Amino acid sequence: MRDPSGREDIPMERQGTGTQFVLMFAMCMVTWFVFSGRYDVFHLVLGMISSLIVTWASGDLLSPNRKISMRCAMTISWRMAVYLIWLVIEVVKANIHVFKLALSPNVRDRIEPSIVTFKTVLKTDLAKFVLANSITLTPGTVTIKIEDGVFVVHAIDTSAAEGLQEQMERRVAHIFSEIES
Amino acid sequence: MNILAMITISLGVVFFFGATLGLLRFPDFYSRVHAAGKGDTLSSLLMLFGLGILVLENAHFIDVLTFIKIMMICVFIFVTSPTTTHALTDAGYSAGVKPWQKDDEETES
Repeated sequence: MRDPSGREDIPMERQGTGTQFVLMFAMCMVTWFVFSGRYDVFHLVLGMISSLIVTWASGDLLSPNRKISMRCAMTISWRMAVYLIWLVIEVVKANIHVFKLALSPNVRDRIEPSIVTFKTVLKTDLAKFVLANSITLTPGTVTIKIEDGVFVVHAIDTSAAEGLQEQMERRVAHIFSEIES
Repeated sequence: MNILAMITISLGVVFFFGATLGLLRFPDFYSRVHAAGKGDTLSSLLMLFGLGILVLENAHFIDVLTFIKIMMICVFIFVTSPTTTHALTDAGYSAGVKPWQKDDEETES
């Protein structure tokens, strides 16, 4: 299910299907090289054939309705990498948090669960997915469901729920540059 | 190299222990999911990373390939683990599981 408002946000330039085909084929081949580990003629030909079939069968899978230009994709990948580093640090913090809670002698006094809902400004499905997974991985919060852009989040104590949407949402929005700041 | 691998794998074990302990001790479904979802992600990643380093020790070409494969497993775990957590909580929420609150301590069995 695709959210209809997601399509019209940024007009992207169309890319030739030829380049796309070659790109997809190259990706399949690289994957084959890494995963097979054998480089005789027989296996290479097998790889070529299967890559061709996969490319032919799923040619328009990687490029959904909105065509994204090459430079735009590069920028997004770079920002994603920076974001991932931040996320890994958050994951470590989250684990230490859970670890401390689990070891504390009086768990029931330490936690104070509550359910928080907020509406997001993010439009595309991918951005929402990234935000939901990030909320789950950061300390003290788990995404329960997303319904029409409304996030339902379970927070393990009240302090974890504060400042949740502003900070994280801004970071995610920055990746996909949905908010011009 | 070897020592680094040992450290990461042991850290993974420690965090797995914490996650399991949390899973057993937390009061309700949602907070247990907290422990399971977060603990599993990091500890699996740490252990896989340690194994990857261990494999890299000989630095043959084939070992590098194995390392890349292990790293791909890491990526998939990083994406799928929060998603499964989300699926679990969503199912619980739709089924009407009430979150534990501090006040109803007495009614909780």
